[in-house]
Amino acid sequence: MARFESLLDACGGTPLVGLPRLSPVVPEGAPPVRLWAKLEDRNPTGSIKDRAALFMVREAEESGHLRPGDTILEPTSGNTGIALAMVAKLRGYRLVCVMPENVSAERTQMLRMYGAEIIFSPAAGGSNQAVATAKQIAAEHPDWKMLFQYGNPANARAHFETTGPELLHDLPTITHFVAGLGTTGTLMGTGRFLKEKVEGIQIVAAEPRYGELVYGLRNIDEGYVPELYDASVLDRRFSVGTRDAVLRTRQLVDVEGIFAGFSSGAILHAALAVAHEAVKAGKRADVAFVIADGGWKYLSTGAYGGTLNDAEEALDGQLWA
Amino acid sequence: MAIEVRVPTILRSYTGGAKVVEGAGDSLTALIDDLDAKHNGLKGRLITPEGNLHRFVNIYVNDEDVRFLGALDAKLNDGDSITILPAVAGGALGFAAAAALLGV
Repeated sequence: MARFESLLDACGGTPLVGLPRLSPVVPEGAPPVRLWAKLEDRNPTGSIKDRAALFMVREAEESGHLRPGDTILEPTSGNTGIALAMVAKLRGYRLVCVMPENVSAERTQMLRMYGAEIIFSPAAGGSNQAVATAKQIAAEHPDWKMLFQYGNPANARAHFETTGPELLHDLPTITHFVAGLGTTGTLMGTGRFLKEKVEGIQIVAAEPRYGELVYGLRNIDEGYVPELYDASVLDRRFSVGTRDAVLRTRQLVDVEGIFAGFSSGAILHAALAVAHEAVKAGKRADVAFVIADGGWKYLSTGAYGGTLNDAEEALDGQLWA
Repeated sequence: MAIEVRVPTILRSYTGGAKVVEGAGDSLTALIDDLDAKHNGLKGRLITPEGNLHRFVNIYVNDEDVRFLGALDAKLNDGDSITILPAVAGGALGFAAAAALLGV
């Protein structure tokens, strides 16, 4: 379908494209091992987060949690904020985002362009300071509504009801699904759907491993696991460092012409790992993975050109996924 | 030959500030016991009193989460690379702010 009543109706239904050049070569006579990319950058604001934003707002409207003219407060490192800002604008809400100050300049520019207000939490200074900031905001504005993507079942349900069925429709022979692990909504929702429908499917997480600054908690007990996370949905979980993510992001555009953000490079890295294992084992594999967003918002990092060492340095301390 | 272990900032008080230490063992349990013998107290930060991996600690063997490789029983080989990280799932500050807002 190519005609929609509004931009919100054009969310999802993204193309699944084969990667004939990046898929591993199999020995003659061996079963095929193929990589498929789901182009989530083709959503209304350019990322997979449009699906979750739309479902969370709709659910909050239906349950009465959100009323016309309300202010939504959301902690986000970027794409969810941009998606929510668009949905909020079209549905008549004000959006305030709390985000760490070490995200790319394009993200904050886009948020403001879509009409969101931003409150920064300090990149350095530890989580205690961020907690203090957040507590202060909440105390000053008790009427602001949070959708809280890390614990909102509508985030995962968006993928259970849309991403999962789209993948099964376009690739009934799917053997692996690989996506990034942040709020865990994509993997939980899509993973649960596919596990119900496809016997033996492997659900694989690619988790970004950032520079040390990001892990600078004072205490192990200050860690956080999103409420949505259910380890039983996953079969494997890879940690992908900045260097591998940059290398794969560059390969995506060099070899297949797909211009993606760095989280997609991290996801490709994990997808290639399972694809090569399938080749070794002589097994057929159709590995679908997520292109979470395009590369536009990350150009200012300079990490698409120059040496890998320079790129790694440029992204150190940034939340690149 | 040995197993290389990357230690996060918050646990380096146990390793004299070292980012990378070496250990030995044919399973994760054995490796952690070996590390604890060299860096007293480290084990208590990784393992709960009930004997499980701490909820907010992630350990990776060659970049793969050990919870999907048998957890503490995961088999190790010489030359493996281990990374220990606190669980922040991509942006501790945002999560901490969120938790505070929810009054968690």
